[in-house]
Amino acid sequence: MQALSGVNVLEFGGMLAGAVATKHLALMGAQVIKVESSKRMDITRVQHPGAHAALIDAAPTDTFMTNETNLNKLDVTLNLGNPEGIRLAKRLVKISDVLVENFRPGVMDRMGLGYETLKETKPDLIMLSISMAGDTGPEAHYTGYAPIFSALGGVGHLTGYPDGPATEIRFPVDVMVGTTAAFATLAALIHRQQSGEGQYIDLSAREAASCLIGDSIIDYTMNGRNQSREANRDEIMAPHNCYPCKGEDKWISIAVKTDDEWSSLCQAMGNPSWTSDARFVDGLNRLRNKEELDVYISEWTSQYTHYELMHMLQKAGVAAVPSFNAEELCSDPHLTERGLLVVVDHPTLGAQTVFSPPAKLSSTPANISTPGPTLGQHNQYIFGELLNLSPQEIADLMDKEVIC
Amino acid sequence: MVAGPYCTKLLADLGAEVTKIEEPGIGDESRSRGPFLNEIPHPERSGLFFYLNTNKLGITLNLGRAQGRDVFRQLVRETDVLVEDRAPRALDSIGLGYDSLRQLNSRLVMTSITPFGQTGPYKDYKAYPLNTFHSCGEGYVTPGHNPFPNRPPLKQGRYVGEYEVGIQSALATLVGLYHQRMTGLGQYIDISKQEALIGISTAELSFYPNLGLIPTRGTRGYTVGGIMPCKDGFVEICIYSEQDWEGLVKLMDEPEWAKKEKFKDIPSRAEYSAEVQQLLMDWLMQHTMEDIYQRGQKLKVPIGAYYSPRDLLNSPQLKSRGFFADLDHSMIGKVTCATAPYRCSKTPWRAERAAPLLGEHNETIYHMRLGYSKEDLAKMRGLGII
Repeated sequence: MQALSGVNVLEFGGMLAGAVATKHLALMGAQVIKVESSKRMDITRVQHPGAHAALIDAAPTDTFMTNETNLNKLDVTLNLGNPEGIRLAKRLVKISDVLVENFRPGVMDRMGLGYETLKETKPDLIMLSISMAGDTGPEAHYTGYAPIFSALGGVGHLTGYPDGPATEIRFPVDVMVGTTAAFATLAALIHRQQSGEGQYIDLSAREAASCLIGDSIIDYTMNGRNQSREANRDEIMAPHNCYPCKGEDKWISIAVKTDDEWSSLCQAMGNPSWTSDARFVDGLNRLRNKEELDVYISEWTSQYTHYELMHMLQKAGVAAVPSFNAEELCSDPHLTERGLLVVVDHPTLGAQTVFSPPAKLSSTPANISTPGPTLGQHNQYIFGELLNLSPQEIADLMDKEVIC
Repeated sequence: MVAGPYCTKLLADLGAEVTKIEEPGIGDESRSRGPFLNEIPHPERSGLFFYLNTNKLGITLNLGRAQGRDVFRQLVRETDVLVEDRAPRALDSIGLGYDSLRQLNSRLVMTSITPFGQTGPYKDYKAYPLNTFHSCGEGYVTPGHNPFPNRPPLKQGRYVGEYEVGIQSALATLVGLYHQRMTGLGQYIDISKQEALIGISTAELSFYPNLGLIPTRGTRGYTVGGIMPCKDGFVEICIYSEQDWEGLVKLMDEPEWAKKEKFKDIPSRAEYSAEVQQLLMDWLMQHTMEDIYQRGQKLKVPIGAYYSPRDLLNSPQLKSRGFFADLDHSMIGKVTCATAPYRCSKTPWRAERAAPLLGEHNETIYHMRLGYSKEDLAKMRGLGII
């Protein structure tokens, strides 16, 4: 039995953050039904937002991202522009514990699927809405994607080189927002275990991003200091940067905190004469002269590959890890031993490689059981078995473009 | 230092009673990190420590001493969840590993957060937040648009990666707790920071095993928009549809160039991307971030401003949602801080107390909860146990 076996979840909205939220629940054993329609498909089916737009796979409605973000889910197509579609959606709510949606604020209400209405159908429902700015406030109706809410959240401003632009951050923010949503959902499920009551959760994606810079916010409210970009730098440690290695665009991150680590690094470098220079004699001086320090260290690191440096320096007790790229991660011995990659057989895409769920739970592990569903793949099962509609009724609803 | 405390902060902020155990006289590492009040280092005046430990109780305990470990075992008997971020097997080596603790409390959910997890060839490798971020693949592609091709890849700003690990750890811990409440059984949760951060990066990492492409800092880009400079900062413009483009043209007051044949549709604008971007930038440089954001959004164009911490504090949207709260701290005074991104109708974020001083709740926990007398406490203090 998995931890969330028996928990039934509905997903509406077709954006990445919502899909990630319910993916977490599905990997832990919840039954997740993704509600979309051929008129309004999941964003990963119609575009690969932002990057590599030309790379949408041959099958027009399945991409590797659709697969990746919808593992273990069931999929129905329901036309929410049709009153009968809304009636069926409510019947799905009745058999659900959790509803996650990421339409714009107000859309669910206008369709007759707002929390106050659904609560009458299912009194202990947990409903979580994800939007860019939350349900309330003067900017509640503003629209945006991950790069916009990471900009508005303040993460983009604090990422980059001091003399360069702010940094656009994309997918990781969607995943972070989805994970935050899954966390809030679990908290609500535990509350329901104890009290029997459901609740409504209004989640703002830009606020989720702002929570990741909470200490910088306090620097401003406490000291009036408005922080900016610091590249790879640290306020205390030096060396603390990525250094060039043998090969094209290969880098190793090295961070030194203590005097012991510094002597170990010097020793690994063969104690060249510059290391005994007064400019680098202690932590404070190394921090003060970090640019010159970086020049010397770069000369040394350039002679080795990043893997050679990692093993050599780690053996000496120095924190050194390559800035890995996708190819290296996929063949790295450590990650391979921990089972990073899993291959699933997708009905239209064939063999697809996905990444195994990060948290390793000893008695209720996350588990990938099925690939991401195709559009409406589970219409028969869900409308027939779960809602008890006859084959004739389902066929009629398809004719009337309610199920479509 | 950040991921573990942030994990339990998320639980404390929603009502869990979290007791933070620190080493006597030294305390959590984040106490030695800024921002400090008035920029003067002091272990009770770190804004980082403050943010990571709101609503927690704080005690000191020396696990290097047998008596300290006995007290720790007593605490574990009474607890639902233990979150720790020491090196792999560090607790086992002093007899406090999961296998020992579960004998005392079969309901215990124990979450261990380490750079590379509890198993595998790198499990004992050392990594600070810089290293763990670069270990996940997202550093290699940061910053996108490659503004300086010869410069090194970057981590995300400040401790962003650590917070992301903290959220995932909190989610896994609650899954364990949900299961515990159903079955009465605890379990052990192994969180590798590297894998948690790979988890946020998979959308782009997936290009490699599925399409054979290796994303780099140069492979991200928009044909129209993306991050662009303006008069007083940067804006983010996402033009995905024809409707978005029309809104953008309206925002620029319908310039003649935008009506040219060669910019008529998405493919042609992609072909003349460099030209479009230059003309768009010329317009943006005449306007302020806030003006572009507000007017653009009113025209339904997906546009955002690159806000700094100060901008967040001035945002009418965040103010109207009560995103910031004031907490009083005995050594810092009033601190305005971010609360939580969710408004839960039945279980709201709470502002019960500021971060604890070192050992602030020793008496509450040891005397009132575990029943040690005041004399015992004095003795333990004298022996350096607490």
